[in-house]
Amino acid sequence: MATRLEAPAEEPRNVLGPDGEIHLAGVSRAFPRRNAAPVPALADVSVNVAAGETVAVVGPSGCGKTTLLELVCGLQKPDSGTVRAAPAVLMPQRDLLLPWLTAIDNAALALRVAGASRAEAREQAHPLFAAFGLEGFERARPDELSGGMRQRVAFLRTLLSGKPVLCLDEPFGALDALTRREMQEWLAGALAREPRTVLLVTHDVEEAVLLADRIVVLSPRPGRVVAELPVDLPRPRAATDPTLLALRERALEALRS
Amino acid sequence: MSGARAPLPTVPTAGTRLRGDGAVARVLAPAMLVLALLGIWQLYASVGSVDDFILPAPTEVAQALWQDRALLWDNLLVTAQEVGLGVLVALVLGFGLAVALHFSLTLRRGTYPLLVASQAVPIVIIAPLLVVWFGFGIVPKLAIIALVCFFPVVVTTLDALGNVDPDQIKLLRTLDASRWQAFRYAEAPAALPAALSGAKIAVAVAVIGAVFAEYAGSSSGLGHLMLQAIPQLETARAYAAVVLLAAFAVALFSALALAERRLVPWANRRPEGPRA
Repeated sequence: MATRLEAPAEEPRNVLGPDGEIHLAGVSRAFPRRNAAPVPALADVSVNVAAGETVAVVGPSGCGKTTLLELVCGLQKPDSGTVRAAPAVLMPQRDLLLPWLTAIDNAALALRVAGASRAEAREQAHPLFAAFGLEGFERARPDELSGGMRQRVAFLRTLLSGKPVLCLDEPFGALDALTRREMQEWLAGALAREPRTVLLVTHDVEEAVLLADRIVVLSPRPGRVVAELPVDLPRPRAATDPTLLALRERALEALRS
Repeated sequence: MSGARAPLPTVPTAGTRLRGDGAVARVLAPAMLVLALLGIWQLYASVGSVDDFILPAPTEVAQALWQDRALLWDNLLVTAQEVGLGVLVALVLGFGLAVALHFSLTLRRGTYPLLVASQAVPIVIIAPLLVVWFGFGIVPKLAIIALVCFFPVVVTTLDALGNVDPDQIKLLRTLDASRWQAFRYAEAPAALPAALSGAKIAVAVAVIGAVFAEYAGSSSGLGHLMLQAIPQLETARAYAAVVLLAAFAVALFSALALAERRLVPWANRRPEGPRA
Protein backbone atom coordinates (compact mmCIF):
# COMPACT_ATOMS: atom_id res chain seq x y z
CA MET A 1 0.00 0.00 0.00
CA ALA A 2 3.04 2.29 -0.13
CA THR A 3 2.25 3.06 -3.75
CA ARG A 4 1.91 6.72 -4.61
CA LEU A 5 0.27 8.29 -7.56
CA GLU A 6 2.64 9.34 -10.28
CA ALA A 7 2.45 12.82 -11.68
CA PRO A 8 0.09 13.02 -14.64
CA ALA A 9 2.08 11.54 -17.48
CA GLU A 10 0.01 13.22 -20.15
CA GLU A 11 -2.49 16.01 -20.55
CA PRO A 12 -5.73 15.31 -18.70
CA ARG A 13 -8.17 13.51 -20.95
CA ASN A 14 -11.20 15.59 -21.71
CA VAL A 15 -14.36 13.56 -21.49
CA LEU A 16 -16.35 16.37 -19.94
CA GLY A 17 -17.50 18.41 -22.86
CA PRO A 18 -20.02 21.15 -22.24
CA ASP A 19 -22.61 18.80 -20.78
CA GLY A 20 -20.96 17.33 -17.70
CA GLU A 21 -23.41 19.20 -15.51
CA ILE A 22 -25.97 18.23 -12.87
CA HIS A 23 -29.10 20.22 -12.14
CA LEU A 24 -31.55 19.23 -9.46
CA ALA A 25 -34.43 21.61 -8.93
CA GLY A 26 -36.97 21.25 -6.13
CA VAL A 27 -36.51 17.50 -5.97
CA SER A 28 -38.56 15.49 -3.49
CA ARG A 29 -38.61 11.75 -3.03
CA ALA A 30 -40.43 9.53 -0.53
CA PHE A 31 -40.54 5.77 -0.18
CA PRO A 32 -43.90 4.12 0.25
CA ARG A 33 -44.39 1.71 3.13
CA ARG A 34 -46.98 -0.94 3.67
CA ASN A 35 -49.71 0.22 6.09
CA ALA A 36 -47.86 3.40 6.98
CA ALA A 37 -47.15 6.87 5.78
CA PRO A 38 -44.38 7.07 3.17
CA VAL A 39 -40.87 7.78 4.47
CA PRO A 40 -39.70 11.09 3.03
CA ALA A 41 -36.06 10.91 1.92
CA LEU A 42 -35.51 14.22 0.19
CA ALA A 43 -37.58 17.40 0.41
CA ASP A 44 -37.27 20.22 -2.10
CA VAL A 45 -33.57 19.75 -2.81
CA SER A 46 -31.92 21.98 -5.39
CA VAL A 47 -28.29 21.40 -6.27
CA ASN A 48 -26.35 22.54 -9.31
CA VAL A 49 -22.95 21.14 -10.18
CA ALA A 50 -20.85 22.66 -12.95
CA ALA A 51 -18.87 20.52 -15.37
CA GLY A 52 -15.62 19.44 -13.75
CA GLU A 53 -16.67 20.55 -10.30
CA THR A 54 -16.39 18.31 -7.24
CA VAL A 55 -19.30 18.73 -4.87
CA ALA A 56 -19.45 16.92 -1.57
CA VAL A 57 -22.82 16.15 -0.02
CA VAL A 58 -22.62 15.70 3.73
CA GLY A 59 -25.41 14.90 6.12
CA PRO A 60 -26.42 12.63 8.96
CA SER A 61 -27.25 8.98 8.33
CA GLY A 62 -30.57 8.43 6.61
CA CYS A 63 -30.84 11.93 5.16
CA GLY A 64 -31.31 10.67 1.62
CA LYS A 65 -27.75 11.03 0.37
CA THR A 66 -27.79 7.72 -1.46
CA THR A 67 -31.22 8.54 -2.91
CA LEU A 68 -29.74 11.76 -4.26
CA LEU A 69 -27.04 9.82 -6.10
CA GLU A 70 -29.49 7.27 -7.45
CA LEU A 71 -31.62 10.09 -8.81
CA VAL A 72 -28.60 11.55 -10.59
CA CYS A 73 -27.69 8.11 -11.96
CA GLY A 74 -31.22 7.62 -13.23
CA LEU A 75 -31.83 4.62 -10.98
CA GLN A 76 -34.80 6.39 -9.41
CA LYS A 77 -37.31 8.98 -10.49
CA PRO A 78 -38.18 11.99 -8.32
CA ASP A 79 -41.73 12.31 -6.97
CA SER A 80 -41.58 15.99 -7.82
CA GLY A 81 -39.03 18.43 -9.14
CA THR A 82 -36.65 17.92 -12.03
CA VAL A 83 -33.36 16.08 -12.39
CA ARG A 84 -31.16 16.91 -15.35
CA ALA A 85 -27.80 15.24 -15.35
CA ALA A 86 -25.14 14.18 -17.80
CA PRO A 87 -24.59 10.40 -17.97
CA ALA A 88 -23.51 9.37 -14.50
CA VAL A 89 -21.91 6.27 -13.06
CA LEU A 90 -22.16 5.05 -9.49
CA MET A 91 -19.33 3.99 -7.21
CA PRO A 92 -20.85 2.44 -4.10
CA GLN A 93 -19.33 2.17 -0.64
CA ARG A 94 -18.96 -1.57 -1.02
CA ASP A 95 -16.66 -2.10 -3.97
CA LEU A 96 -19.00 -4.72 -5.53
CA LEU A 97 -16.17 -6.18 -7.54
CA LEU A 98 -17.21 -9.41 -9.21
CA PRO A 99 -15.32 -12.18 -7.39
CA TRP A 100 -15.02 -14.31 -10.53
CA LEU A 101 -13.22 -11.66 -12.54
CA THR A 102 -9.62 -10.55 -12.19
CA ALA A 103 -8.86 -6.97 -11.12
CA ILE A 104 -8.31 -5.83 -14.68
CA ASP A 105 -11.48 -7.50 -15.96
CA ASN A 106 -13.43 -5.86 -13.14
CA ALA A 107 -11.96 -2.46 -13.98
CA ALA A 108 -12.74 -2.96 -17.66
CA LEU A 109 -16.31 -4.18 -17.05
CA ALA A 110 -17.91 -1.10 -18.63
CA LEU A 111 -15.83 -1.58 -21.77
CA ARG A 112 -16.93 -5.21 -22.02
CA VAL A 113 -20.54 -4.16 -21.54
CA ALA A 114 -20.06 -1.60 -24.32
CA GLY A 115 -19.04 -4.40 -26.64
CA ALA A 116 -15.23 -4.51 -26.48
CA SER A 117 -13.55 -7.91 -26.60
CA ARG A 118 -11.75 -9.07 -23.48
CA ALA A 119 -8.37 -8.35 -25.06
CA GLU A 120 -9.38 -4.84 -26.20
CA ALA A 121 -10.85 -4.04 -22.79
CA ARG A 122 -7.70 -5.19 -21.00
CA GLU A 123 -5.53 -3.23 -23.35
CA GLN A 124 -7.42 -0.04 -22.57
CA ALA A 125 -7.45 -0.65 -18.83
CA HIS A 126 -3.82 -1.64 -18.56
CA PRO A 127 -2.19 1.83 -18.63
CA LEU A 128 -4.48 3.00 -15.82
CA PHE A 129 -3.26 0.21 -13.57
CA ALA A 130 0.26 1.55 -13.76
CA ALA A 131 -0.85 5.16 -13.39
CA PHE A 132 -3.04 4.46 -10.36
CA GLY A 133 -0.69 2.37 -8.28
CA LEU A 134 -2.05 -1.03 -9.20
CA GLU A 135 0.69 -2.30 -11.47
CA GLY A 136 1.30 -6.01 -11.07
CA PHE A 137 -2.15 -6.69 -9.66
CA GLU A 138 -3.98 -6.90 -13.00
CA ARG A 139 -4.49 -10.66 -12.73
CA ALA A 140 -5.29 -10.75 -9.01
CA ARG A 141 -8.74 -11.80 -7.92
CA PRO A 142 -10.63 -9.33 -5.70
CA ASP A 143 -10.23 -11.55 -2.62
CA GLU A 144 -6.46 -11.30 -3.02
CA LEU A 145 -6.52 -7.49 -2.79
CA SER A 146 -6.53 -5.23 0.27
CA GLY A 147 -9.54 -3.02 0.96
CA GLY A 148 -7.79 0.06 -0.38
CA MET A 149 -6.74 -1.68 -3.56
CA ARG A 150 -10.24 -3.01 -4.12
CA GLN A 151 -11.56 0.56 -3.91
CA ARG A 152 -8.94 1.66 -6.44
CA VAL A 153 -10.06 -1.05 -8.83
CA ALA A 154 -13.68 -0.01 -8.23
CA PHE A 155 -12.72 3.59 -8.99
CA LEU A 156 -10.98 2.54 -12.21
CA ARG A 157 -14.13 0.64 -13.19
CA THR A 158 -16.04 3.89 -12.61
CA LEU A 159 -13.55 5.95 -14.63
CA LEU A 160 -13.45 3.49 -17.52
CA SER A 161 -17.20 3.80 -18.00
CA GLY A 162 -16.22 6.99 -19.84
CA LYS A 163 -19.08 8.94 -18.28
CA PRO A 164 -18.58 12.60 -17.38
CA VAL A 165 -20.28 12.38 -13.97
CA LEU A 166 -19.05 10.22 -11.11
CA CYS A 167 -21.36 9.57 -8.18
CA LEU A 168 -19.24 8.40 -5.27
CA ASP A 169 -21.29 7.00 -2.40
CA GLU A 170 -19.08 7.06 0.70
CA PRO A 171 -16.34 5.45 -1.34
CA PHE A 172 -13.94 5.05 1.58
CA GLY A 173 -16.46 4.55 4.37
CA ALA A 174 -15.54 0.89 4.84
CA LEU A 175 -11.79 1.49 5.11
CA ASP A 176 -9.67 1.96 8.23
CA ALA A 177 -8.65 5.53 9.07
CA LEU A 178 -5.10 5.26 7.76
CA THR A 179 -6.08 3.67 4.45
CA ARG A 180 -8.92 6.14 4.09
CA ARG A 181 -6.55 9.09 4.36
CA GLU A 182 -4.25 7.49 1.84
CA MET A 183 -7.16 6.88 -0.53
CA GLN A 184 -8.39 10.45 -0.18
CA GLU A 185 -5.00 11.71 -1.34
CA TRP A 186 -5.05 9.12 -4.08
CA LEU A 187 -8.49 10.22 -5.25
CA ALA A 188 -7.46 13.88 -5.27
CA GLY A 189 -4.53 12.94 -7.51
CA ALA A 190 -6.68 10.71 -9.70
CA LEU A 191 -9.19 13.50 -10.29
CA ALA A 192 -6.38 15.93 -11.11
CA ARG A 193 -5.30 13.49 -13.80
CA GLU A 194 -8.76 12.50 -15.01
CA PRO A 195 -11.08 15.46 -14.39
CA ARG A 196 -14.74 14.61 -13.99
CA THR A 197 -17.82 16.13 -12.50
CA VAL A 198 -17.98 14.50 -9.09
CA LEU A 199 -20.82 14.21 -6.64
CA LEU A 200 -19.28 12.82 -3.48
CA VAL A 201 -21.56 11.63 -0.71
CA THR A 202 -19.88 11.29 2.65
CA HIS A 203 -20.50 11.67 6.34
CA ASP A 204 -16.84 12.50 6.88
CA VAL A 205 -16.63 16.31 6.88
CA GLU A 206 -12.85 16.23 6.67
CA GLU A 207 -13.04 14.13 3.51
CA ALA A 208 -15.42 16.69 2.05
CA VAL A 209 -13.10 19.61 2.83
CA LEU A 210 -10.07 17.76 1.47
CA LEU A 211 -11.62 16.81 -1.85
CA ALA A 212 -14.48 19.14 -2.78
CA ASP A 213 -14.80 22.52 -4.46
CA ARG A 214 -18.06 23.00 -2.64
CA ILE A 215 -19.87 21.33 0.25
CA VAL A 216 -23.63 20.87 0.36
CA VAL A 217 -24.94 20.16 3.86
CA LEU A 218 -28.19 18.23 4.18
CA SER A 219 -30.51 18.17 7.20
CA PRO A 220 -31.69 14.97 8.91
CA ARG A 221 -34.51 13.09 7.22
CA PRO A 222 -36.07 14.32 5.05
CA GLY A 223 -32.92 15.79 3.53
CA ARG A 224 -32.99 19.52 2.75
CA VAL A 225 -30.11 21.73 1.78
CA VAL A 226 -29.23 23.67 4.95
CA ALA A 227 -25.91 25.15 3.87
CA GLU A 228 -23.58 25.47 0.89
CA LEU A 229 -19.93 26.12 1.65
CA PRO A 230 -17.43 26.89 -1.09
CA VAL A 231 -13.95 25.44 -0.48
CA ASP A 232 -11.61 27.93 -2.13
CA LEU A 233 -8.38 26.22 -1.21
CA PRO A 234 -5.49 25.41 -3.52
CA ARG A 235 -4.65 21.78 -4.22
CA PRO A 236 -3.03 19.59 -3.04
CA ARG A 237 -4.58 20.26 0.34
CA ALA A 238 -3.14 19.35 3.71
CA ALA A 239 -5.50 18.18 6.42
CA THR A 240 -3.55 20.35 8.91
CA ASP A 241 -4.08 23.63 7.01
CA PRO A 242 -5.73 26.08 9.49
CA THR A 243 -8.09 27.47 6.81
CA LEU A 244 -9.19 23.94 6.06
CA LEU A 245 -9.71 23.21 9.75
CA ALA A 246 -11.80 26.36 10.14
CA LEU A 247 -13.92 25.33 7.18
CA ARG A 248 -14.36 21.89 8.67
CA GLU A 249 -15.69 23.47 11.87
CA ARG A 250 -18.14 25.58 9.87
CA ALA A 251 -19.41 22.51 8.06
CA LEU A 252 -19.79 20.60 11.33
CA GLU A 253 -21.69 23.53 12.80
CA ALA A 254 -24.04 23.58 9.81
CA LEU A 255 -24.59 19.85 10.32
CA ARG A 256 -25.44 20.28 14.00
CA SER A 257 -27.93 23.07 13.51
CA MET B 1 -5.76 -34.31 15.85
CA SER B 2 -2.88 -35.81 17.83
CA GLY B 3 -0.68 -32.72 17.52
CA ALA B 4 0.24 -32.45 21.18
CA ARG B 5 0.95 -36.10 21.84
CA ALA B 6 4.41 -37.64 21.93
CA PRO B 7 5.48 -38.81 18.48
CA LEU B 8 5.01 -42.49 17.80
CA PRO B 9 8.19 -44.43 17.09
CA THR B 10 7.13 -45.20 13.53
CA VAL B 11 6.53 -41.53 12.72
CA PRO B 12 9.86 -39.80 13.06
CA THR B 13 9.28 -36.13 12.14
CA ALA B 14 6.54 -33.62 12.70
CA GLY B 15 6.28 -33.04 8.95
CA THR B 16 5.48 -36.62 8.08
CA ARG B 17 3.13 -36.83 10.99
CA LEU B 18 1.16 -33.88 9.71
CA ARG B 19 0.92 -35.44 6.29
CA GLY B 20 -0.02 -38.71 7.99
CA ASP B 21 -2.86 -36.94 9.77
CA GLY B 22 -4.15 -35.62 6.45
CA ALA B 23 -4.12 -39.10 4.95
CA VAL B 24 -5.87 -40.47 8.03
CA ALA B 25 -8.62 -37.93 7.67
CA ARG B 26 -9.06 -38.41 3.95
CA VAL B 27 -8.69 -42.14 3.38
CA LEU B 28 -8.23 -44.07 6.58
CA ALA B 29 -11.13 -42.61 8.54
CA PRO B 30 -13.87 -43.37 5.98
CA ALA B 31 -12.27 -46.77 5.28
CA MET B 32 -12.33 -47.62 8.98
CA LEU B 33 -15.94 -46.56 9.23
CA VAL B 34 -16.90 -48.74 6.26
CA LEU B 35 -14.96 -51.67 7.71
CA ALA B 36 -16.63 -51.24 11.09
CA LEU B 37 -20.09 -51.17 9.48
CA LEU B 38 -19.25 -54.23 7.41
CA GLY B 39 -18.05 -55.98 10.57
CA ILE B 40 -21.30 -55.25 12.39
CA TRP B 41 -23.28 -56.39 9.34
CA GLN B 42 -21.22 -59.59 9.12
CA LEU B 43 -21.75 -60.32 12.81
CA TYR B 44 -25.47 -59.62 12.57
CA ALA B 45 -25.81 -61.92 9.55
CA SER B 46 -23.78 -64.72 11.15
CA VAL B 47 -25.93 -64.72 14.30
CA GLY B 48 -28.61 -66.11 12.00
CA SER B 49 -31.64 -64.22 13.26
CA VAL B 50 -32.41 -63.17 9.66
CA ASP B 51 -32.42 -65.60 6.73
CA ASP B 52 -29.66 -64.96 4.27
CA PHE B 53 -32.15 -64.54 1.40
CA ILE B 54 -33.46 -61.58 3.37
CA LEU B 55 -30.09 -60.15 4.35
CA PRO B 56 -26.95 -61.78 2.92
CA ALA B 57 -23.66 -61.39 4.78
CA PRO B 58 -21.05 -59.02 3.29
CA THR B 59 -18.90 -62.01 2.39
CA GLU B 60 -21.76 -63.43 0.33
CA VAL B 61 -22.24 -60.11 -1.40
CA ALA B 62 -18.52 -59.95 -2.16
CA GLN B 63 -18.71 -63.46 -3.53
CA ALA B 64 -21.65 -62.49 -5.76
CA LEU B 65 -19.74 -59.41 -6.93
CA TRP B 66 -16.91 -61.64 -8.08
CA GLN B 67 -18.88 -64.59 -9.46
CA ASP B 68 -21.42 -62.49 -11.36
CA ARG B 69 -18.93 -59.85 -12.41
CA ALA B 70 -19.61 -60.19 -16.14
CA LEU B 71 -23.38 -60.03 -15.66
CA LEU B 72 -23.12 -57.13 -13.23
CA TRP B 73 -20.73 -55.22 -15.46
CA ASP B 74 -22.96 -55.52 -18.53
CA ASN B 75 -25.96 -54.29 -16.59
CA LEU B 76 -23.97 -51.55 -14.89
CA LEU B 77 -23.08 -50.19 -18.32
CA VAL B 78 -26.76 -50.04 -19.25
CA THR B 79 -27.74 -48.25 -16.05
CA ALA B 80 -24.72 -45.94 -16.17
CA GLN B 81 -25.70 -44.84 -19.65
CA GLU B 82 -29.26 -44.19 -18.55
CA VAL B 83 -28.12 -42.21 -15.52
CA GLY B 84 -25.51 -40.25 -17.44
CA LEU B 85 -27.89 -39.23 -20.21
CA GLY B 86 -30.79 -38.74 -17.79
CA VAL B 87 -28.74 -36.38 -15.63
CA LEU B 88 -27.65 -34.51 -18.73
CA VAL B 89 -31.28 -34.05 -19.81
CA ALA B 90 -32.19 -32.98 -16.26
CA LEU B 91 -29.36 -30.44 -16.10
CA VAL B 92 -30.18 -28.90 -19.47
CA LEU B 93 -33.89 -28.78 -18.63
CA GLY B 94 -33.25 -27.64 -15.06
CA PHE B 95 -30.85 -24.80 -15.89
CA GLY B 96 -32.94 -23.74 -18.88
CA LEU B 97 -36.13 -23.70 -16.87
CA ALA B 98 -34.49 -21.85 -13.96
CA VAL B 99 -33.27 -19.12 -16.31
CA ALA B 100 -36.66 -18.86 -18.03
CA LEU B 101 -38.44 -18.64 -14.67
CA HIS B 102 -35.91 -16.07 -13.47
CA PHE B 103 -36.57 -13.82 -16.43
CA SER B 104 -40.36 -14.13 -16.44
CA LEU B 105 -42.39 -13.43 -13.34
CA THR B 106 -45.54 -14.57 -15.14
CA LEU B 107 -43.95 -17.89 -16.02
CA ARG B 108 -42.68 -18.27 -12.46
CA ARG B 109 -46.09 -17.62 -10.94
CA GLY B 110 -47.81 -19.83 -13.48
CA THR B 111 -45.61 -22.89 -13.50
CA TYR B 112 -43.75 -23.07 -10.19
CA PRO B 113 -46.65 -24.73 -8.32
CA LEU B 114 -46.92 -27.18 -11.20
CA LEU B 115 -43.24 -28.02 -10.92
CA VAL B 116 -43.58 -28.69 -7.20
CA ALA B 117 -46.65 -30.83 -7.88
CA SER B 118 -44.72 -32.82 -10.47
CA GLN B 119 -42.44 -34.00 -7.67
CA ALA B 120 -45.36 -35.48 -5.80
CA VAL B 121 -46.35 -37.76 -8.70
CA PRO B 122 -45.31 -41.34 -7.85
CA ILE B 123 -43.32 -42.78 -10.70
CA VAL B 124 -45.28 -46.07 -10.58
CA ILE B 125 -48.41 -44.19 -11.57
CA ILE B 126 -47.03 -42.62 -14.71
CA ALA B 127 -44.54 -45.34 -15.66
CA PRO B 128 -47.05 -47.37 -17.71
CA LEU B 129 -48.03 -44.23 -19.59
CA LEU B 130 -44.39 -43.52 -20.40
CA VAL B 131 -43.97 -47.08 -21.62
CA VAL B 132 -47.02 -46.68 -23.84
CA TRP B 133 -45.63 -43.44 -25.21
CA PHE B 134 -41.96 -44.29 -25.54
CA GLY B 135 -41.77 -48.10 -25.50
CA PHE B 136 -39.20 -50.17 -23.62
CA GLY B 137 -36.10 -48.38 -24.90
CA ILE B 138 -33.95 -45.83 -23.15
CA VAL B 139 -36.33 -42.87 -23.68
CA PRO B 140 -38.83 -43.64 -20.86
CA LYS B 141 -35.87 -44.22 -18.51
CA LEU B 142 -34.43 -40.83 -19.38
CA ALA B 143 -37.84 -39.25 -18.85
CA ILE B 144 -38.18 -40.80 -15.39
CA ILE B 145 -34.62 -39.97 -14.34
CA ALA B 146 -35.00 -36.42 -15.59
CA LEU B 147 -38.32 -36.12 -13.77
CA VAL B 148 -36.88 -37.17 -10.41
CA CYS B 149 -33.72 -35.09 -10.62
CA PHE B 150 -34.42 -31.87 -12.49
CA PHE B 151 -36.23 -30.33 -9.54
CA PRO B 152 -33.28 -29.74 -7.18
CA VAL B 153 -31.43 -28.17 -10.12
CA VAL B 154 -34.30 -25.76 -10.84
CA VAL B 155 -34.82 -24.78 -7.20
CA THR B 156 -31.16 -24.20 -6.28
CA THR B 157 -30.41 -22.35 -9.52
CA LEU B 158 -33.52 -20.19 -9.43
CA ASP B 159 -33.01 -19.21 -5.79
CA ALA B 160 -29.38 -18.33 -6.41
CA LEU B 161 -30.26 -16.25 -9.48
CA GLY B 162 -32.75 -14.31 -7.38
CA ASN B 163 -30.33 -13.78 -4.50
CA VAL B 164 -27.82 -11.70 -6.40
CA ASP B 165 -27.01 -8.47 -4.55
CA PRO B 166 -29.44 -5.82 -5.90
CA ASP B 167 -26.71 -3.19 -5.53
CA GLN B 168 -24.61 -5.21 -7.94
CA ILE B 169 -27.38 -5.02 -10.50
CA LYS B 170 -27.78 -1.27 -9.89
CA LEU B 171 -24.08 -0.80 -10.47
CA LEU B 172 -24.23 -2.72 -13.74
CA ARG B 173 -27.18 -0.59 -14.81
CA THR B 174 -25.16 2.58 -14.31
CA LEU B 175 -22.49 0.96 -16.49
CA ASP B 176 -25.24 0.68 -19.14
CA ALA B 177 -25.48 -3.10 -18.97
CA SER B 178 -28.53 -4.63 -20.60
CA ARG B 179 -30.72 -7.12 -18.75
CA TRP B 180 -28.95 -9.92 -20.59
CA GLN B 181 -25.50 -8.51 -19.74
CA ALA B 182 -26.43 -8.22 -16.08
CA PHE B 183 -27.33 -11.90 -16.28
CA ARG B 184 -24.16 -12.85 -18.06
CA TYR B 185 -21.69 -10.89 -15.96
CA ALA B 186 -23.31 -11.02 -12.52
CA GLU B 187 -26.26 -13.35 -12.08
CA ALA B 188 -25.13 -16.44 -13.97
CA PRO B 189 -21.66 -16.71 -12.38
CA ALA B 190 -23.11 -15.89 -8.97
CA ALA B 191 -25.62 -18.73 -9.34
CA LEU B 192 -23.09 -21.25 -10.59
CA PRO B 193 -22.02 -22.67 -7.18
CA ALA B 194 -25.64 -23.26 -6.17
CA ALA B 195 -26.46 -24.72 -9.58
CA LEU B 196 -23.61 -27.19 -9.11
CA SER B 197 -24.94 -28.08 -5.66
CA GLY B 198 -28.28 -28.80 -7.31
CA ALA B 199 -26.50 -30.98 -9.85
CA LYS B 200 -24.81 -32.90 -7.04
CA ILE B 201 -28.17 -33.65 -5.42
CA ALA B 202 -29.46 -34.61 -8.87
CA VAL B 203 -26.80 -37.26 -9.51
CA ALA B 204 -27.45 -38.84 -6.13
CA VAL B 205 -31.18 -39.23 -6.78
CA ALA B 206 -30.73 -40.06 -10.46
CA VAL B 207 -29.49 -43.53 -9.54
CA ILE B 208 -32.70 -44.25 -7.62
CA GLY B 209 -34.63 -42.86 -10.58
CA ALA B 210 -32.88 -45.31 -12.89
CA VAL B 211 -33.82 -48.24 -10.65
CA PHE B 212 -37.46 -47.10 -10.59
CA ALA B 213 -37.41 -46.73 -14.36
CA GLU B 214 -36.03 -50.21 -14.87
CA TYR B 215 -38.57 -51.67 -12.44
CA ALA B 216 -41.28 -50.07 -14.52
CA GLY B 217 -40.31 -51.98 -17.61
CA SER B 218 -36.98 -53.04 -19.02
CA SER B 219 -34.94 -56.04 -20.03
CA SER B 220 -31.51 -54.97 -18.73
CA GLY B 221 -29.77 -52.73 -16.20
CA LEU B 222 -28.96 -53.16 -12.53
CA GLY B 223 -32.52 -52.35 -11.49
CA HIS B 224 -33.82 -55.04 -13.79
CA LEU B 225 -31.19 -57.43 -12.40
CA MET B 226 -32.36 -56.75 -8.83
CA LEU B 227 -35.98 -57.24 -9.83
CA GLN B 228 -35.11 -60.67 -11.21
CA ALA B 229 -32.63 -61.70 -8.51
CA ILE B 230 -34.97 -61.25 -5.55
CA PRO B 231 -37.71 -63.75 -6.53
CA GLN B 232 -34.90 -66.18 -7.50
CA LEU B 233 -33.62 -65.82 -3.91
CA GLU B 234 -30.32 -64.50 -5.31
CA THR B 235 -30.41 -61.74 -2.72
CA ALA B 236 -26.62 -61.49 -2.60
CA ARG B 237 -26.62 -60.61 -6.31
CA ALA B 238 -29.20 -57.87 -5.72
CA TYR B 239 -27.02 -56.47 -2.95
CA ALA B 240 -24.00 -56.65 -5.23
CA ALA B 241 -25.97 -54.53 -7.69
CA VAL B 242 -26.74 -52.04 -4.91
CA VAL B 243 -23.03 -51.82 -4.06
CA LEU B 244 -22.24 -51.01 -7.69
CA LEU B 245 -25.02 -48.40 -7.87
CA ALA B 246 -23.74 -46.73 -4.72
CA ALA B 247 -20.18 -46.72 -6.03
CA PHE B 248 -21.41 -45.24 -9.30
CA ALA B 249 -23.28 -42.47 -7.46
CA VAL B 250 -20.14 -41.65 -5.46
CA ALA B 251 -18.10 -41.54 -8.66
CA LEU B 252 -20.55 -39.15 -10.36
CA PHE B 253 -20.69 -36.96 -7.27
CA SER B 254 -16.91 -36.82 -7.11
CA ALA B 255 -16.71 -35.92 -10.78
CA LEU B 256 -19.05 -32.99 -10.14
CA ALA B 257 -17.09 -31.91 -7.08
CA LEU B 258 -13.99 -31.90 -9.24
CA ALA B 259 -15.75 -29.90 -11.94
CA GLU B 260 -16.86 -27.46 -9.24
CA ARG B 261 -13.27 -26.88 -8.18
CA ARG B 262 -12.40 -26.01 -11.77
CA LEU B 263 -15.48 -23.93 -12.52
CA VAL B 264 -15.85 -21.85 -9.36
CA PRO B 265 -12.33 -21.29 -8.03
CA TRP B 266 -13.45 -18.04 -6.38
CA ALA B 267 -15.99 -19.65 -4.04
CA ASN B 268 -14.95 -20.27 -0.47
CA ARG B 269 -14.61 -23.89 0.32
CA ARG B 270 -13.77 -26.05 3.26
CA PRO B 271 -10.09 -26.95 3.34
CA GLU B 272 -10.63 -30.68 3.01
CA GLY B 273 -13.13 -33.20 1.80
CA PRO B 274 -16.08 -32.91 -0.56
CA ARG B 275 -18.67 -30.19 -0.08
CA ALA B 276 -21.94 -31.98 0.20
